[in-house]
Amino acid sequence: MEKQHSYSQVKGVSTGTTILAVKFNGGVIIGSDSRASMGESYVSSKTINKLIQVHDRIFCCIAGSLADAQAVTKMAKFQLSFHSIQMESPPLVKAAASIMRELCYSNKEELQAGFITAGWDRKKGPQIYVVSLGGMLLSQPFTIGGSGSTYIYGYVDAKFKPDMSLEEAKQFSINALALAMGRDNVSGGVVHLVVITEPGVKHIVVPGDKLPKFHDE
Amino acid sequence: MNKLSPLHDKIYCALSGSAADAQTIAEIVNYQLDVHSIEVDEDPLVCSAATLVKNISYKYKEELSAHLIVAGWDRRAGGQVYATLNGLLTRQPFAVGGSGSFYIYGFVDAEYRSDMTRQECQEFVVNSLSLAMSRDGSSGGVAYVVTIDSEGVEEKCILGNQLPTFYDPDI
Repeated sequence: MEKQHSYSQVKGVSTGTTILAVKFNGGVIIGSDSRASMGESYVSSKTINKLIQVHDRIFCCIAGSLADAQAVTKMAKFQLSFHSIQMESPPLVKAAASIMRELCYSNKEELQAGFITAGWDRKKGPQIYVVSLGGMLLSQPFTIGGSGSTYIYGYVDAKFKPDMSLEEAKQFSINALALAMGRDNVSGGVVHLVVITEPGVKHIVVPGDKLPKFHDE
Repeated sequence: MNKLSPLHDKIYCALSGSAADAQTIAEIVNYQLDVHSIEVDEDPLVCSAATLVKNISYKYKEELSAHLIVAGWDRRAGGQVYATLNGLLTRQPFAVGGSGSFYIYGFVDAEYRSDMTRQECQEFVVNSLSLAMSRDGSSGGVAYVVTIDSEGVEEKCILGNQLPTFYDPDI
């Protein structure tokens, strides 16, 4: 995180990016690429982790300005831990998403970041919430975001099935991210996946050479 | 609007971008190709048609804003697809274009196979169009599909309610 912090002091670091989250039978997978770019042509980092843990079983991934996203998630993490101490129980995913939404909506003029919040809680199980640029909050079974996401709308529409198994959901996420990274010049690097289920959280990294290859490669 | 325009018996082009520009290019190339095929005294090659389109696109690059995909069948090289975006001519196994094309890049990359049968290929095209139409605000209506091979040309129009549907999380 220190490395990200120093880059964000330089003006204009943004995450041209591809992020996604997908619900499967028993949990949720949240994933992203790992490239950070400045302007259209300079890759400022090849391996940043855009999946930020805001609580034990709640993760956020960010698209847009890295600085804005870090500021919002730091605040959200603080408010969430405070909230969970007051409630004396782990926070709901919806609570985390609402906190992000409040921050995005009240500062919509200054901020330039959108978020996907995904996690598991005891009340509703696995959930995914999207907080868009202006502060809209929406719950969906799967969602994609970032600049690279436009290229895979067709693919995820065609291939998503509700109630997939963990393996199918993992393959779906890796394929979708690999396709987006192949077409979007500001997405790339490695694929970071976090699998969130009731027993716990697992972080998987798929390096570039292990990604699936498609017909023209 | 039917965006598939015949350039010759077995050569068609797909129009995108400014409709007026694209139609004009197609008409001009249609005429040039007729003249060419009379001079050469045989059916024109797909490559010739694509080159004529490319010449116009490149020469008038600043004024025009249209992208034509030229595809067809000829005796020399069989079925071919050429993209002519911005005056660049490339032969590709498949090509997509237009505002809706961004949404299906991932899908076509994943699903295209070089050894598809006619039936599979038609399904691939219709699926891709249907996915793009459901996401792109500027695409919609019916799907026109033209299949060209050594035997001839088959034109099909698939109505909106007959298009394949996919899982929609918002329903």
